[in-house]
Amino acid sequence: MALTVSSWAHAGSVLTVHRWITVIGGLLLACVAVLVLCLQFGATPVNIGNVVPAIMHLFRGDLAGSPSPETSEIIMVQIRFPRVLMGFLVGGSLAAVGVTLQALLRNPLADPYVLGVSSGSALGVSLAILFGIGSTFLLFPLLPLFGFAGGLLALILIYRLAQSKSRLPIHSLLLAGVILNAILTAFIMFITSIMEPNRSAGLMAWLMGSLTAPGYPALGIFFLYVLFVLAVLMHKAQLLNVLTLGEETARSLGVETEGVKKHLFALTALLTGAIVSVSGMIGFVGMVVPHAVRLLIGSDHRLLLPASALVGGMFLALADTIARTIMAPAEIPVGIVTALVGGPFFLYLLLWRKDRML
Amino acid sequence: MTTPTIGRASSLLAVDGPAIQVERLSFRYYTMEGRERKWTLDHLSFHVDAGEILGIVGPNGSGKSSLLKILSGLLPVGEGDVLLAGLSLQKRSQADIARLVAVVPQEYVQVFPFTVVETVLMGRFPHRTARWWSMGIGDETANDLACAHQAMVDTDVVSLADRLVSNLSGGERQRVMIARALAQEPKILLLDEPTAFLDINHQIEVCSLITRLRAERRLTVVLVSHDLNVASQYCDRVLMLKEGGLCRIGSPEETIRPDVLRMVYGCDVVVDAHPQTGRPRVTMPMSTV
Repeated sequence: MALTVSSWAHAGSVLTVHRWITVIGGLLLACVAVLVLCLQFGATPVNIGNVVPAIMHLFRGDLAGSPSPETSEIIMVQIRFPRVLMGFLVGGSLAAVGVTLQALLRNPLADPYVLGVSSGSALGVSLAILFGIGSTFLLFPLLPLFGFAGGLLALILIYRLAQSKSRLPIHSLLLAGVILNAILTAFIMFITSIMEPNRSAGLMAWLMGSLTAPGYPALGIFFLYVLFVLAVLMHKAQLLNVLTLGEETARSLGVETEGVKKHLFALTALLTGAIVSVSGMIGFVGMVVPHAVRLLIGSDHRLLLPASALVGGMFLALADTIARTIMAPAEIPVGIVTALVGGPFFLYLLLWRKDRML
Repeated sequence: MTTPTIGRASSLLAVDGPAIQVERLSFRYYTMEGRERKWTLDHLSFHVDAGEILGIVGPNGSGKSSLLKILSGLLPVGEGDVLLAGLSLQKRSQADIARLVAVVPQEYVQVFPFTVVETVLMGRFPHRTARWWSMGIGDETANDLACAHQAMVDTDVVSLADRLVSNLSGGERQRVMIARALAQEPKILLLDEPTAFLDINHQIEVCSLITRLRAERRLTVVLVSHDLNVASQYCDRVLMLKEGGLCRIGSPEETIRPDVLRMVYGCDVVVDAHPQTGRPRVTMPMSTV
């Protein structure tokens, strides 16, 4: 018996600790490589030789103390490093939200941007800015809260709209998302139109998806926040697997689906709210990345979730590097880059899915 | 807290007490506004013996699927009581029920590329003991793998282990879903229309599989079927529902009869004896047009 089991387990696609560590370890190495690569490019090119020492200085904290830091080191430490890190965190979070929403709604096309969750968060943040809450600056603890509230409301609304007889048909979900997105965007546009021009210009730039990094303290808080929510999501990964079997089957396996769904909705809204409040509306990362990762490593969420987060981080860091450099010294919003990559991909999935699922 | 309950359950099953006992069960749905609809199930009382195959038949909307969902705890017991292995459903948690009852749903749509092994292993979920620090990675114990493997051997899907569930044929997918249910190590197996959407060869395959499993694993099986011949050929007893009420319960010979079928379905059918088993066989009458 023991013999057959062990030989079978090795042949199978069962997720083993070994495979998990191999994949995640490999991706972590790739992440380091991508981050170092991204740090090199920008309006002011920085030699790769300076990247590592600059980061070392940063961590030792002796940059300010050194008598005459090189310009490139200042750029590196005060602008580029936080920005690249920010892109990585936002991309990773978007991919994790995408994976969670897809499993929760049993829809491979779900994405916080496509479904209007990002718009909900953006509306919440815009309202907060309009009423001067947290001042015109993107202050940390308050704006994500509004983003969370807006995102959660949008998510609940879309779930209610698309649900029919305890089912969530894929196309009615997308349709509801499109409509909700249009309505929420109209509200946001209204808010920008009644703002003073200089404030609304800033709001617009933020909405289009920008990764202008806040200072290190805010970045640190954001980092811990993202890490915390991701860790909680990881604990639900096994539940995500079971939920893809369908809600009734999940319940027949002993899952209290109502409670689990509420938890997961809240967690995705928490993450989306935070992402949107710092980086605006960056689309398609949450859909493209999980899909590609799933093709490579399979659907088990215990591996898919962290792997997608890492790949999403790399993807957005790279996309932002393109956005920073392609028109240098001018920058284009990173949302444009991701949409240009993701939009056609989405279309392809939709068309490809059509003949398979309809 | 839950362990002694399970212990009691298995000892009760061992002495062949009823695996399922339904006492004056009534159930109704509510409208969106919370108003009561008419009774979907009305004062049902019956029992299912351990190791028995019970077929539930009846016209569309007679409450077959609702009854199956109540037995698996997916719908609440409205009025009356349902006892699984001697203990009321209301006193069992969803996880507790999941370790006793497995459900094979009518249709299974998987939009994500999960493999057969991954799917079958999900059946071990109710037996998992979560360790918070492992985040679920490597939670599959040797016992989990052994149970899943045995379930796949029993349903003959070992060769499909690494195939994607979405790429399987209907019959193969149904066998995988049965394997997934068996991995739960249930005492009671509930199947909703196990032969619907299947070609005749797969119908035979699935039906003989169910009979074999009952014998090998001493499973109690309750299946809902549109197909009267499936119920007649493969079930020990047949329960006939009409508009939520129990119309008749008994051996196929007692239930699959022209007069009973006319009463339940409101039409005339030809019932003769199956040439091999002698059990009732239902066919459509000659067209009168």
